[in-house]
Amino acid sequence: MRIVIIGNSATAVGAVESIRQHDQTAEVLIISEEPHMIYSRPLLSHYLAGEIDRSRLAYRGADFYIKHHVTAVLEDRVIAIEPDAHRVHTASGAEYTYDKLLIATGGQPIVPPTPGQGLEGVFTMTRLSDAERLLIYLRTHTVRHVVVVGGGMIGMKVTEALVKRGLGVTMVELAPLILSAALDRTASHMMTGLLQQGGVNIYTENSVAEIGAQDGHVAGVALKDGQVLPCDSVIFGVGVRPNADLARQAGLRVNRGIVVDEYMRTSAPDLYAAGDVAEAYDLVVDMNRTVAIWPNAYRQGAIAGAHMVGVSRPDKGGIAMNTVEAMGVPAMSIGYGNAPEGEYEVVADLDASRHTYRRLVLKENRLIGAILVGQIDRAGIYTGLIRNRIDISEHRRNLLSGHLSLLSLPDQYRKHVVRGVGIEV
Amino acid sequence: MKRIVIHEEYCIGCHLCEIHCLVQHSSSKDIIKAYRTERSHLMPRVMVEESGPISFALQCRQCEEPACIEACISGAMHRDERTGAVICDESKCVGCWMCIMVCPAGAIRQNLLGTRIASKCDLCYGADVPACVAHCPNEALTYEEIGEEGEA
Repeated sequence: MRIVIIGNSATAVGAVESIRQHDQTAEVLIISEEPHMIYSRPLLSHYLAGEIDRSRLAYRGADFYIKHHVTAVLEDRVIAIEPDAHRVHTASGAEYTYDKLLIATGGQPIVPPTPGQGLEGVFTMTRLSDAERLLIYLRTHTVRHVVVVGGGMIGMKVTEALVKRGLGVTMVELAPLILSAALDRTASHMMTGLLQQGGVNIYTENSVAEIGAQDGHVAGVALKDGQVLPCDSVIFGVGVRPNADLARQAGLRVNRGIVVDEYMRTSAPDLYAAGDVAEAYDLVVDMNRTVAIWPNAYRQGAIAGAHMVGVSRPDKGGIAMNTVEAMGVPAMSIGYGNAPEGEYEVVADLDASRHTYRRLVLKENRLIGAILVGQIDRAGIYTGLIRNRIDISEHRRNLLSGHLSLLSLPDQYRKHVVRGVGIEV
Repeated sequence: MKRIVIHEEYCIGCHLCEIHCLVQHSSSKDIIKAYRTERSHLMPRVMVEESGPISFALQCRQCEEPACIEACISGAMHRDERTGAVICDESKCVGCWMCIMVCPAGAIRQNLLGTRIASKCDLCYGADVPACVAHCPNEALTYEEIGEEGEA
């Protein structure tokens, strides 16, 4: 049997490790358009910040392919999938047949059409090559001030990295609030305040209308509202959209991402999709949607991998979650943390002087979301309650008070947690 | 593999497990030296949960499907090939706290004393008996071979 995986990141690793946990004989082939060994994209902002060197970007050891008996075809791009013939074609002219195929093509950065976007000094920040290009630019040009387009997770992480490098940063966000997809108004304002304390200029309800040049490279931007800001570089960190074109052309069912079931199967036989490209079940919103985060990518890859070698491990669903930091103050958004008050029960407490904030969202006595700023200790206890849809009616007072302890959990669930997940009582 | 089993009914809340955990993870392995000179960057990887008269010592539960490994962006969190234990390679950890966000037991903590790292139990890497178990005066922690169907 031959398994072909298109992609070489968290999803591919999750799939390979899960395949080899259950099966030693299947032939596994990874096809990736990047020339690199497996590296961690979320670490790129740490690399950009100068916190880690290039070698630490490696997500798995250099012997990963050998150890897992994987053939890696790097620097080649799959350009077509023939689901009926069970065959893929690559840009180099090669073709590979498969018994099972996993599409793990991730996402690509969204760049709103902007005059000047092709200028030298304009970057996106998704891949290692993006980070390398930016670092070279920073070394070879005088860069003092950077405009970051996007005040979401990506824009935020890029901004934090640039500030650590000692650069001036202006963040431009279309929405009225930064991090509005993850945080509520209060938490967003806290992060805004922290960034501003760190010297970051923030423009909300605004966008870059045009990028201007001098001597062929970036010299400034004009905002939608007419303001002109001088800068030496522009980085788009707006977000990513699923790389689903291959699947669309192959006739698979695709909405925003490739629609998959609880085993990550697509609408075509023997064809799976997982990770940022997939539209999988989200248990908090109770529907399929794309959630481009690392833990979901790895888990979905593992579920697909297992199923491809005959092991059924249905996905209970993922949830949106992320961590971000502003000036050393961490913030977490778990599940539907910014659900509107009124429609849901919300418990919140803010200590502005200590930069701590906690917002818990409940629906029918079950936690469905949490936002934590400053104080993040043991946050996973909330995540566990959300994922396992635990009724906390009888333990509300302790759990909601912020004294987060296993002793505040319902007995049965506490026993389950103490035994270890996957180890049943 | 062997796991640390918690016996809530025997825990007397003495916190000796925390002290011996810290010593075990010091470079001197000497309680006086560890507390005098190394404490500034060390913290115990076991914590005593207390509420009124009830207490128990908690460390990483060694999940079969560890959410921390799934969520780790650096590859630091991994299953040790030799012992099967879930451990954090502190030389790879960048302190993003994704593991803290997903650990259902809340057994991973931020260590901000030196370089930022996620701090968790490593079963005293390769030891016959982890220090917290060995030094528990009332057998409130035991080290036992339990699988998926095991009881304890």
